[in-house]
Order: sequence, then C-alpha cells, then structure tokens
Amino acid sequence: MTTWPILSVTTFLPLVGALIVYLSRGDDEAAKRNSRWIALWTTLITFAVSVILVMRFDPSNPDFQFVEKANWLATGITYHMGVDGISLPLVILTTAVMPFCIIASWKAITNRVREYMMAFLILETLMIGTFSALDLVLFYLFFEGGLIPMFLIIGVWGGPRRVYASFKFFLYTLLGSVLMLLAIMALYWNGGTTDIPTLMHTAVPRSLQTWAWLAFFASFAVKMPMWPVHTWLPDAHVEAPTAGSVVLAAILLKMGGYGFLRFSLPMFPLASHDFAPLIFTLSAIAIIYTSLVALMQEDMKKLIAYSSVAHMGFVTMGIFAGTMQGVAGGVFQMISHGIVSGALFLCVGVVYDRLHTREIAAYGGLVNRMPLYALTFMVFTMANVGLPGTSGFVGEFMTLLGTFKVSIPTAFFASFGVILSACYALWLYRKVVFGALVKPSLASMKDLTFRECLTLFPMIALTILFGVYPKPVLDMSAASVQQLVNNYNTAVTAVKAAALLQ
Amino acid sequence: MSFETAGYQLAPVLPEIVLAIGAMALLMLGAYRGQETTKTVTSLAVVLLVVVGVLEYMLPAGKHVTFGGSFIVDDFARFMKILALIGSAVTLVLSTEFLSDPSRRIFEYAILVLLSTLGMMVLISAGDLISLYLGLELMSLALYVVAASNRDNAKSTEAGLKYFVLGALSSGMLLYGASLIYGFTGTVSFTGIAAAATVSNVGLVFGLVFLLVGLCFKVSAVPFHMWTPDVYEGAPTPVTAFFASAPKVAALAVFTRVTLTAFPGIVSQWQQILVFVAIASMALGSFAAIGQSNIKRLMAYSSIGHMGFALVGLASGTVEGAQGVLMYIVIYVAMTLGSFSIILAMRRNGQAVEQISDFAGLSRTNPLLAFMFAMLLFSLAGIPPLAGFFAKWYVFVAAIKANLFTLAVIGVLTSVVGAYYYLAIVKTMYFDEPAGEVDPVRVEVKTVLAVAGLFNILFALFAGPVVSVASAAAKSLF
Repeated sequence: MTTWPILSVTTFLPLVGALIVYLSRGDDEAAKRNSRWIALWTTLITFAVSVILVMRFDPSNPDFQFVEKANWLATGITYHMGVDGISLPLVILTTAVMPFCIIASWKAITNRVREYMMAFLILETLMIGTFSALDLVLFYLFFEGGLIPMFLIIGVWGGPRRVYASFKFFLYTLLGSVLMLLAIMALYWNGGTTDIPTLMHTAVPRSLQTWAWLAFFASFAVKMPMWPVHTWLPDAHVEAPTAGSVVLAAILLKMGGYGFLRFSLPMFPLASHDFAPLIFTLSAIAIIYTSLVALMQEDMKKLIAYSSVAHMGFVTMGIFAGTMQGVAGGVFQMISHGIVSGALFLCVGVVYDRLHTREIAAYGGLVNRMPLYALTFMVFTMANVGLPGTSGFVGEFMTLLGTFKVSIPTAFFASFGVILSACYALWLYRKVVFGALVKPSLASMKDLTFRECLTLFPMIALTILFGVYPKPVLDMSAASVQQLVNNYNTAVTAVKAAALLQ
Repeated sequence: MSFETAGYQLAPVLPEIVLAIGAMALLMLGAYRGQETTKTVTSLAVVLLVVVGVLEYMLPAGKHVTFGGSFIVDDFARFMKILALIGSAVTLVLSTEFLSDPSRRIFEYAILVLLSTLGMMVLISAGDLISLYLGLELMSLALYVVAASNRDNAKSTEAGLKYFVLGALSSGMLLYGASLIYGFTGTVSFTGIAAAATVSNVGLVFGLVFLLVGLCFKVSAVPFHMWTPDVYEGAPTPVTAFFASAPKVAALAVFTRVTLTAFPGIVSQWQQILVFVAIASMALGSFAAIGQSNIKRLMAYSSIGHMGFALVGLASGTVEGAQGVLMYIVIYVAMTLGSFSIILAMRRNGQAVEQISDFAGLSRTNPLLAFMFAMLLFSLAGIPPLAGFFAKWYVFVAAIKANLFTLAVIGVLTSVVGAYYYLAIVKTMYFDEPAGEVDPVRVEVKTVLAVAGLFNILFALFAGPVVSVASAAAKSLF
C-alpha cells in the first residue's frame, strides 16, 4: 500500500482548486463558467479521495488512523493530522456536501463568481482541517480561519441585512473562541505540548479542568449553537446565500459537537461530569424553547434555523449523557442533521430562486404545480420531524435512550421536542405545499429542474438509507465511541471511589 | 580583525561606525550638490542600510560587550537591530514618491532617517543609562524634524511641534528617573543596577517609574499616548509608516532590556505597572479606534493597542515573555509596513486619499489590493492562520505561564473589540459600492506590499525557524 499523505491531500486539495480558480482570470461569462466547473471538479475529486479514506479505514481500531506528523513550531507544537471513528464521518460529510453546495450556486450566484467559488473552496479546506487536526494550535488555526471565508460569503452574497448578520456571526464566534485559546495555552503549559492524543492521556488538575471546560464550552456552545447563545444563527442563516446556509447548517454547526466529543469529554472528564446537569438543562430548554419559537416564524429559513438549534440540543444532551447510546446517537444525529438540514435549506433555495422571497405566507398550494418538489420536501420534513424510517429518527431515539439511563427528567422534557418538531415542520409543509394554488405569482412556478434533482435526490436516498440501515455510520464510529465512553466512565468512577474512601 | 581605541574593542560597533560615517558622507554629498541629489542620496541611504544590516548579521556570534559595558551586542540586539534596519530601509523605499514632488526635494530627509536609525541601534545595544539616553535622544531629535518634513503643511508642522514638546517632556522624566536610579544604586550600568536593586526601596522605585514613563511615551503606551494620533495623522504618510515601525522596535527593545536585565530583582514592582499599562493600551486602542474615519488615525490607535499586546509579553517577565515580545514585534512590523504601503497606494487622480470611506468597493476596482489589505486587517485582528495570530499566541502563552490570567482574559476580550473596527474596513472594501477607480500603484509600493502581504498570509509555513531565532534571541537576555 502506498504511503502518500492521503489526509493532507484531502484537506488541501480544495485550496489548490481555489488557486486554480484564482489563476483563471477574466470576468466574462466564459470565465464564470470556468470557475464553476473548476470548483465542482475540485470538490468531486476531493470527495473521491475521501472515499479512499473510508475504504482504507479500519473500523475496529479505536485509535487515530492515517496519522501524519511533521515539525512545525518548536517546543511541542507539531503538524499532526489523523482521523478516528468520530471525525471520519464528519470529514466525509464535509466532502460530500460541498459538491451539492457548488451545484446549488450554479445559477443563483451571478456576480463575483470567481471569488465566491474561491471562498467556498478555502472554507472546505478549513473545515476538513478542523475535523482532522490532532494538534490544538493546528485545530484552532482551522477552526477560527473558517470565520474569514464565511464572513465574506454572508457579507458579499447575502440578503438585505447581510452586514449585520456577518458581523454578528464573526464577533459572536470570535468571542467564544478567544477564551478557548487561553484554555489551550493553559493546557499547553500543563502538558508541555498541544498534541491532542498526548493530552488525552495527560492528567489535568481538577481546578484547571473546570476552567478549561468552561472556556472550551464558551467556544463550542456558541458554535453549536446552544441556547441562550444561539441568536447569531437565525440571522446568519436568513441572510446567507443558499449554499452558505447549507454549509453552516450541515458542517459548521457540527464543529461544536465535534469539539465536545474531541476535547471536553476525553480531556476534562470530571468537569464534564460536574457540568452535565448544566448541559442537560440548556439542551432541554433549547429543544422546547426554540421549537416553540420556530412555530412563530414567518420566514422559512428562520424556521429551519430554529429547528436546527433544537436538533443540536439532542446532540449535546446525548454527548454529555456519557453513555454508549447517547454518544453514538449524538454522532449519528450530527450526520443525519447535516444531510437533512442541508437538504431543507436547498429546498428553500429552490423556491427562493423562483420567487425571491422566503416568506411562508407568499407560498401555498405548490403541490399543484410542483409535484416532484412536494415529494422531496415531504421526505425531508418527515426526517426533520424524526419519523421512523428516516435518519432523523435514529439519532433522536438513540440520544433519548442514552439520556434516559442518566437523567430521566431531561429525557422526559426532550421528548416534547419530538412532538413540537412535528407541529412546526408539518405546519410549514402544509402552508407552503398544500392548499389551493390561489396566488397569481405562483401560477407559473416550474417543478424541479434536472440540476436541482441532482442535488436533492442523492440526499433523499441517504436519508432513507440511514433511516432503515444506520449501520454504516454507527459501525464506523463504534470502536472510537466505545473507547471514549470507557475512558470517561473510568475517570468518573475513579474519582467517585476516591471520594467514598475519604 | 581587531579594531581598538583607548583599549576598547571596536569590532562590535563596526555597523554603527559604518552607518555614522556613511550618513555624514551622504550629508556632504547633499550639502555640496544641492537638492537635485535627493534621489541619489535616498537610494544610497537604502544601500547603506542594507550594508549595515549585512555587517550586523555577519558579526561573530555570541555576546560582545565594549566601552566598559555600555554597549552590548548579543542575539537579542542583533535581532532587533536588523528588524529596525529593515523598517528604516523599507520606509525610505516607500518615501520615493513623497520626495519626488519638486516642492519636497529634501535630501536631509534620508540623512535624518539614517541618523535616527543610528540612534535606534545605540539604543538597542545600550548597556547603561548613559548610552540609553544618548541613543534615545539621537533617535528622537531626528524624528521630530522628520515629522515636520512637509514644511508647507500646517498639519505636518503642528505634528512635529507637538511631538517635540511632548517628547522633550518625556525625555526629561526619563532623565530624572535615571538620575534617581543612579543616586540610589550608585551605578549607571544595567548589570550594576541589577546587582544593587535586589530589594525594593522607595527611591529606586520612584526612579524606575519615571524611567518607565519615558519609555512608555516612546512606545506610545496609554496613558502616554496622546501625541500618537495627531502625529500619525499630521505627518506625511511615509513618515507615519516610519514612526510606526523602526522607532517602535528600538523603544520596545530597550524597554525589554532595561526591565529584564536591570531590574530582575524587583519584578513585582514593574510588573504591576506594565500590567496596568498593557490593559489600558489594549482597551484604548480597541475602543477609541471604533469612531475613527481617517485611516492614519485609526492606524495610530491600532498601534497603541498593539503595543499593549506586546507589553503583555513583557509583563510576564520571563524568557517566554521576551520571546513573545520578539515574535510580536517582527509580525507587527510586517503588518504595519504592509498596511501603510496600502495607504500609500490609495491615490485618486494623483491625490492621496485617507478617509476609510475612500476604500469603499475596493474589492471590485482593485481586487488584489483589497484582498491584501483584508488579509492584513484580519492579521492585525489576530485571526488565524495569519501571522497576527501567532504574535498574539506567543505573548498570551507567556502571560498564562506567568499566571497573569486577568491580564490575558482582558487582553483577548479587547482583541475581539478590536476585530470590530478591522472588520468594518473589510466591510467597506467588500460589501459597499465602489467609490471610484484607484490610480495605478507604483512599483516600489507594490513590491513592499507583496513581500509584507505574503509574509502575513504564509507565515504559518515558515513560523518554525522564526520561532527558534526569536527563542535564541530571548535567551541571550537571561
């Protein structure tokens, strides 16, 4: 087997693509077409390379694979990459969603196409890097670097309130992250290195655990986003172009959950245990409160944004339950939500491209003119509700199951979310798709084009496949999740036993 | 090779001697041939600075002390001197356009920059209070004149005068502090002071405070920053670029050397002063910049904030802190020179434009310029993977190790506030409608911009070697 640095190639291929787009000068139609095709091919090739990762991945090995290490900064800070069962699904999610984003922007973006494609490709590199970095400084580099292209994507190609939304997105996230940066420094002096695998086996004093946990929490809670620091998300989603919303919902939000899994649980198990009730409370509030807020929305994207916050509540709840089902369910829910919410934003984009409004009241009776669209939208609505047979069900069920073993009240309140999500999702679907088609503006609506089918149908297939056969994702992450849960429980029981002895 | 005079080694001062003789020779050239030689003198001055830089680099490794301990050449001095020389040389290159105007053919400009650079080099190598004062005054006196070099412009002369009056005041304070220190320790040499100042005594602390006040003035740290916005705005743009780069290097270098080598016994005394000054500078630099509409004035507040960040490293008083200061100043100089070359490039119909609103829509009229500036601004805000992030990393990592948690938390929070106004400029360039075409950019400005911009963007790739050089330089102080 060859030993080329396959993970680095996956990570930096999009960056090479961005350079090629940059070199293809010109501003006429031909140049625009060129940059679209270059971007699409780059994302497709990146996806193909990442498929090799899956094929060579050994799911029975809980440790990091495809590890690459090189000197970078002196004194314990290295270029260290690698994936395990938790990060690989997210890497694949990223590489898989990106081509859809490019296709979805094919017609919708007509000005400054070159810059747009470059921003997306650079963003892809930074996102893959975030999930595969095994050094805290390197992780932070990718994690924060993603703010720059996303800021420009929202600000340049966004809607009417784009300036407000982009600033809010940038500053909110930055504020959370700088505190994490200080915690990273403290960990560096504690362990003498920023190497993640080493730090996972380094004992962290309890007081430092508490502070570092809080600092990491500040960053990931904003990114996730958890109630009450979720307010940037609806604004960012509403103003971002369709593909921007897709990336935001499908991938950027997952960085928060990934951070909790990669850092908070393994490095600060005691603090995680201490703070679990806080997370449970916030998650339960997020699930119920944001679902209720979603019921009141008049803007389709805003409604889906709030439902994202609710669904992320299931993820945090499952992760901090610290049980096998909870954590595995959290990972699965992230993947499932990545596909479903991404697809929902694409569905909104389809009608937005035709009518240039996202107001729910502007639509109604689309089923008469767009049967194919109605069907597609229905599948994703059902997946959003968590109907058995769709991927949404598996994640929600497993996280609830895992939490039930630890905290019955949390699971009790969180299950209301399932009912509430049915309320807002079905209400949205009825308002937009059903009823008589009376509005004159809708009379000439065309059904899905071939290009739109190309983006939506694979996602339907995945949603249903993972709904009835979630095994591929669960198997991939099982060993790593098992190890994580074991280490976590060992650490917590050891402290409890020590406390009993005294 | 062994130069000697009156029993003192001259080899370590060779670069300074070459610079001094070269500056005088160029002065003769200008004085006898008149103002037409401006261009020649400026070019030769750049060559001279490069030669001096090479000489400095080629000095034998290790620590050399001469003139009875008042002049020190170690890794730290070499690092800072080369950086200051780069800063001076680049600003001279950037001044070409300013000096090409027939009404402003002043060859003295380049000579003054050379003399000021000589002062910086003496300052950086200072091993006692006398050579410190000597270097500081040589640097400052030349700077006062340079600030007013656009003599027909009221703002420029006002800037020069203001700088002179406040500078003289601060020099007086510094001298007063130095005399107190001498009085209470009985010596002017840093090593002697370090030996004597093991316990804090009121008189010595008094002297220390006055000395620090003088130095804070030179690095424009709050509350001694008042002159900065006015001088930055009033002085011609290339001069502002000069003020923001080389003199800051020298002042920060001597700041570091004095605190770490002369007062290591009473760290707790100066640490609390530095913590306060750092917090005040970071906060003022972030909040006061928000309301600015003139880009040069904004850069002034930005540099006040950045000096605050650099002092965070110094406040920790450790070898990591010194390394942080070194990393910070290298990256700061690159970012500053890059930003000022953009400001110099912003010309419409032959006129320089300085309002932030003039940058509107630059991403469409000149995409490359806008991209470079955006990257520099993100870097100034400390966003990874750009160079500015690494600068902040090394100073804060030192602060965390020294358990200065409050300082670190306040520091990073002000950096978020600071990010707001940098973002506001990016917003103007990228989100707003174009305000009109920009004139073609001059070659020398383009070159400086390209080098500084690439340094910022690609810093992560070659950060390793820079870190090891900075680390070696920091260790030479201890």
